[in-house]
Amino acid sequence: MAGIPAPGGHPGIEVKNLEHSYGDFKAVDGISFSVKEGEIFSFLGPNGAGKSTAINILITLLSLQKGEASVAGFDVTKDPQKVRESIGVVFQDITLDRDMTVWEILEFHGRLYNMSREERKKRIDELLRLVQLEAKKDERTKNLSGGMKRRLEIARGLMTRPKVLFLDEPTLGLDPQTRMRMWDYIKGVNNEGTTIFLTTHYMDEADRLSDRISIIDHGKIIITGTSYGLKNTLGQDLIYLETSDNEAAIRILQGLYSVRDIKSKTKGFVLMVNEDGTKVLPAIIDALRDRRIELSTINLKKPSMDDVFVFYTGKELRDEPEGKTGYLTLRPGGH
Amino acid sequence: MTYGFATIYWRDMIRFVRFKTLLFSSLLQPALWLAFFGIAMSSSFDRLMAGVPVPPGVHAVGYLTFMAAGIIAMTTLFTSLFGGIVILFDKNWGLMREILASPMNRNHIIFGIALSGVTKSFIQVIIIMAFGILIGAAFFAGFGAMQVVLGVLGILAFVGIFALGFLFLSAGIAVSMESPEGLQGIITLLTMPIFFASNALYPVDSFPEFLKVLSIYNPMTLMINGIRYFAIGPDFLALGKHYVYTTSDIALSFFGLICFAAITFWFAWWRFKKAVVT
Ligand SMILES: Nc1ncnc2c1ncn2[C@@H]1O[C@H](COP(=O)(O)OP(=O)(O)OP(=O)(O)O)[C@@H](O)[C@H]1O
Ligand SMILES: [Mg+2]
Repeated sequence: MAGIPAPGGHPGIEVKNLEHSYGDFKAVDGISFSVKEGEIFSFLGPNGAGKSTAINILITLLSLQKGEASVAGFDVTKDPQKVRESIGVVFQDITLDRDMTVWEILEFHGRLYNMSREERKKRIDELLRLVQLEAKKDERTKNLSGGMKRRLEIARGLMTRPKVLFLDEPTLGLDPQTRMRMWDYIKGVNNEGTTIFLTTHYMDEADRLSDRISIIDHGKIIITGTSYGLKNTLGQDLIYLETSDNEAAIRILQGLYSVRDIKSKTKGFVLMVNEDGTKVLPAIIDALRDRRIELSTINLKKPSMDDVFVFYTGKELRDEPEGKTGYLTLRPGGH
Repeated sequence: MTYGFATIYWRDMIRFVRFKTLLFSSLLQPALWLAFFGIAMSSSFDRLMAGVPVPPGVHAVGYLTFMAAGIIAMTTLFTSLFGGIVILFDKNWGLMREILASPMNRNHIIFGIALSGVTKSFIQVIIIMAFGILIGAAFFAGFGAMQVVLGVLGILAFVGIFALGFLFLSAGIAVSMESPEGLQGIITLLTMPIFFASNALYPVDSFPEFLKVLSIYNPMTLMINGIRYFAIGPDFLALGKHYVYTTSDIALSFFGLICFAAITFWFAWWRFKKAVVT
């Protein structure tokens, strides 16, 4: 279907100094990144970070204002047709015809992408099974539940086997079992050679699914790395402490060799340590005892994606129940 | 990629047959026009004209026969102008993003919508013609079998090219608009002058000069010329006016419609190129 990538073109995604403004408002503010062929790459960021805007430029729905971008080796400005021949998309918002049936939606998509009749039939059957909509095959989409609509859209996005697949918050609003099944299938598609670019604000999705993650906020990429690498930037372990005199305790502990950084919280503070936390703890406890500072709470854990996110953006992604959030969460008045 | 328009066509026809009430009312409306306006007007016009002498050798037709061509044109105009509305719905709530991000050439959206619009118009026109003849419109009177076939084909050719012109226009406007209300407003604004500044219901000769010029070049008039030529004949008398169409008159009318369709296609193409849907 697609032609041969332009000479020197890179078969994944290549973006350099991309900027996009709506009027005076800069939604994407000079981002650069590169997605290798066959990789699963995530944009993890809060609402309004500019994720969808970036995707819309890459899939040629928005024209490129500033910077450079190529997808599957084709420049989005010079060769938009070739880009469109190389990609598949699952949009963030519902993009269905209320009055078409589930089957018609998929059939239309297959025809739109010039799939052969047998190929369409095979893929539609397979995907209806995956998203468990076989019983709804002849139902009009307006009669589907919200989650079913989403599943149908994902199925549609997976109809073709494009070079690069864009998924804009693919599992938004799905129940946990369905999400896991989607992840497995997406991994399967990836194993067949499709490069995947996804945006999400689910930590676990970014964590479990992607090879590399870019944390994006206010139109800028803050940091990029593997899930492991990003967590490692916070040190090996996080230790949460509440003491009788937090300020004094922080001053003392700053001097410890293995302490990388300290963040204050409302009632206590968090130490990021470069060594195994279980080994560091006795030294910490001794140091505080020596100064007659009493410890009331100790907790130790491995850094999670939530911690990484909060550390780099200074904010939480989702409204989670108190106590379930990462250690580094900043509560009002905490800093 | 070559048959992208067939996909768009397929999908638009699904919607056409799915909305049974809309389908039914789109056929009922012109029939009602013919039945009420046509019969009422023709009974009074035909009485008025009863005293007017018919020159020897000239074929005189009743008002119903005369205006049936106008009703066919009106129906085609409405259907075509509304034909693009699906694009607007797709843009706001539907499949437009999917289509625009797909490898299908964007012109095929225009072609697909146009083709389904023409199909709809053909179905309507055939039903209205049959109904018109049923209630007394003297279409194809005295024609041989071959002439009837030719006549129908000629009418469909004119209907087709006229429908294309307005479908392109409609698609171009629809893709530029934000809301269906806006589109509805523009369509209503357009249909009035197009319909009344034409020879659909009365001859244009008695119009003031300015309006007359406008009417003569009105695509609606061009199309109705063709329909009357193929349905009634090249030479007839209606409402006291003697109509004579030469072959070149009709060829010119057809050519005019082709130009109109070419211009509106260009307009639609330009609007689609500019369209941003996210
Ligand atoms: N068409 C538009 N006109 C004006 N501003 C827009 C438009 N689309 C997006 N924006 C603004 O651009 C910023 C980035 O929006 P975008 O949709 O890219 O965010 P996002 O990262 O996808 O967020 P979410 O997680 O909520 O989907 C937001 O502040 C948004 O208000
Ligand atoms: Mg978004």
